[in-house]
Amino acid sequence: MREWLHLGKEWIESRFPLKEFWEDHLVKYYAPKNLNFWYFFGSLAMLVFGIQVITGIFLTMNYKPTAETAFASVEYIMRDVNWGWLIRYMHSTGASFFFVVIYLHMFRAFLYGSYKKPRELLWLFGVMLFLLLMAEAFMGYLLPWGQMSYWGAQVIISLFGAIPVIGNELALWIRGDFVVADATLNRFFAFHVIAFPLLLIALVAFHLIALHRVGSNNPDGIEIKEKKNAQGIPLDGIPFHPYFTLKDMLGAIVFLMIFSAVVFYYPEMGGWFLEKDNFVPADPLKTPEHITPLWYFTPYYAILRAVPDKFLGVVLMGAAIAVLFVVPWLDRSPVKSIRYRGPIYKAALAIFVVSFIALGYLGTVAATPIATTFSRIGTIIYFAFFLLMPVYTKYDKPKPLPDRVR
Amino acid sequence: MSEDIVDHRKRRILTAAATVVGGIGVAYVATPFIFSMEPSAKAQAAGAPIDVDVSKLQVGQLLTVEWRGKPVWILRRNQEMLDRMQTIAGQLRDPGSDELSQQPHYAKNEYRSIKPDIMVMEGICTHLGCAPTYRPELAPADLGSEWKGGFFCPCHGSRYDLSGRVYAGVPAPSNLKVPPYRFVTDTRILIGVDPERA
Amino acid sequence: MKHYLLIISLLLVSGTVGAAERYHLDKANIDPVDTESLRRGAVFFANYCFNCHAAALMRYNRIGRDLGYDEAQLESLFIFTGAKVGDLMEIAMQPEEAMRWFGVVPPDLSVVSRSRGVDWIYTYLRSFYKDDSRPWGVNNTVFKDVAMPHVLWELQGLQAPQFDVITDKEGIQRQVITGLAPLEPGKLSTDQYDAAVRDLVNYLHYMGEPAKQSRLQLGKWVLLYLLLFFVVVWLLKKEYWKDVH
Repeated sequence: MREWLHLGKEWIESRFPLKEFWEDHLVKYYAPKNLNFWYFFGSLAMLVFGIQVITGIFLTMNYKPTAETAFASVEYIMRDVNWGWLIRYMHSTGASFFFVVIYLHMFRAFLYGSYKKPRELLWLFGVMLFLLLMAEAFMGYLLPWGQMSYWGAQVIISLFGAIPVIGNELALWIRGDFVVADATLNRFFAFHVIAFPLLLIALVAFHLIALHRVGSNNPDGIEIKEKKNAQGIPLDGIPFHPYFTLKDMLGAIVFLMIFSAVVFYYPEMGGWFLEKDNFVPADPLKTPEHITPLWYFTPYYAILRAVPDKFLGVVLMGAAIAVLFVVPWLDRSPVKSIRYRGPIYKAALAIFVVSFIALGYLGTVAATPIATTFSRIGTIIYFAFFLLMPVYTKYDKPKPLPDRVR
Repeated sequence: MSEDIVDHRKRRILTAAATVVGGIGVAYVATPFIFSMEPSAKAQAAGAPIDVDVSKLQVGQLLTVEWRGKPVWILRRNQEMLDRMQTIAGQLRDPGSDELSQQPHYAKNEYRSIKPDIMVMEGICTHLGCAPTYRPELAPADLGSEWKGGFFCPCHGSRYDLSGRVYAGVPAPSNLKVPPYRFVTDTRILIGVDPERA
Repeated sequence: MKHYLLIISLLLVSGTVGAAERYHLDKANIDPVDTESLRRGAVFFANYCFNCHAAALMRYNRIGRDLGYDEAQLESLFIFTGAKVGDLMEIAMQPEEAMRWFGVVPPDLSVVSRSRGVDWIYTYLRSFYKDDSRPWGVNNTVFKDVAMPHVLWELQGLQAPQFDVITDKEGIQRQVITGLAPLEPGKLSTDQYDAAVRDLVNYLHYMGEPAKQSRLQLGKWVLLYLLLFFVVVWLLKKEYWKDVH
């Protein structure tokens, strides 16, 4: 028996770099031994992506992407398809959890300077993934064809109409009709199910390839590859397998517990994950009182509404995401990790986080004068965090770095 | 790395335990997905039994209804038609309905039906699925002087008698299928459910 | 430090912005596992609502399966068209007819409990009052100028609005309804009517998500399993991480 196994492995080995892959990326790929809680979110993001793909495939078996039948087909899944309700809730909960994981994953980069040299490209792929994920979620949300689906899409697509000269043609081209209609739904279905998942998979592959080229950062922000032993193994590194495969499995189980608690007990999350208005079929003639995007878009929605000009609002909202691309070059600090940075960065990051969350809340409420004022303050803080970074990171007083990880 | 002795046995046991527990979990998670592909409530409703009233069915009249997407024939026969069928047993491939998959046990008799005068069968040729035509007339020119009434499939020439029994020497391999059915009253048939146990 | 800033800023923002105009909603206090209540509510729905309001995402035999009715009972209690028990709960009224009679098509109620909420529906059905200026002679404090007649007027009777004059933020005097008082009695007392509406709302809540009880049941087993799995993997992880110093 063992002989057959050995022969089998050899047969594959001479035709496929299986052993090479196993070594280069698992048992001989060294990760810093001091990785902490903040380092779970990359593997969790892959887990959620997997959940979304599998539940998505099964939803596609029964979902009908036309304006006349979409809403009913979702309820058909909830009632008539065996276990359809579970698959649907896993997918809707997964979408929100995907963003929770990704926001925490990005926050880690700000804590430990994970976007700094030599990981700038890793960061760029990541921001690209963030952008693609937002598009994927936006298109997915149109599919249930509820009131929020319809009007959220109508509002956001009409923003493209604000672009000078080409705006109206562009919006028409995106919609495939004069308003969000059956044509829009069908093409968003094609994008959401096939085009964007393929792009996401490609970019995740690039993201991981870039990561494995430079190796992971760590909470102390020092490069473990700078101190190797006689065999060329980083002194502070441990093989990814079995140590981090096991640790990440634990993280995954805890994640699944929280995920399951929501799926089984709070799938609507009080209207945050499944909005009440979306249980009303889309009505092009009747606009809901409050149109809010799902919670994960609200900080950017608040920035959009803070600007008194439609086009400039779109520009600023776009800039808020675009600025993420240049962060590796805005940050002038000689140290990576917040553990060794001076007090200015710590304060700046804290204020940024608070204002980002506040912007998120403001994006959910009606645009009263007070809300708009706070949104403007939040927007200024948001941009100040990034645009002033070259100044305050340069003049901040870092602490001396340790020799080895702690 | 550690200088302590590695307890391999403990690691093997714990790995095995984790694999078993994890495997059970994977099986439990996979189950709803697999079951979701079973016919939904909508498919089951569409496949629900069909109620047919045969009180107005004349002798020799063929009624076609749809059940589970298939045509089901209901034919009223009289004694003369039944007698005719006795004479052709030698020409049939399976006169005794020995191929059990083609009819429920209560239709495995000389008339292939619960009551001799009402024949219920699927109108689908057992060769390649065409719908045979009803040829009740005796000795037409195209079917020959021996023809005692029955069904002729235009696609490849298969022939069946008035009980749906297939002739020998034709492409079709089996008798026409008899679906489950029961008599709710003397004149109402429910297609899709077997009769209640007596 | 971060945490204090967060809390303070959220409090500041919510205090000034959060106050929105909202009428008071009474609590429906339904008991989703009370099968008798659900049955009463189902029959109530069939008798009073199901003529004008479809429930076209729900099948009759699902009610049978969850609330314990056989085919014959389903047919006698719920099916007034020629439908079969496996069919969707559609109504005979055509949209054009509805537009002529009501000016609007009465909405399908399959998921109304998920869009409006049980407390809203409970309060709504008890908030009709006499208003001669309206086509059906009634209005509703929860849904102003609603096109629906007070279908349940025989059971509840009629209520009259109690007015008060207030001065709003802009200094304009406006007449507002501060409450509803009984005007003409119906067949049921207030408590009986409230109980009937509660049963109906309970049924609508069930109909909005028939799988809800199954999911609540299953949840605890999933969490228990994950706890077990966590313990096993944790032991394995700890064992291997002994290597790391």
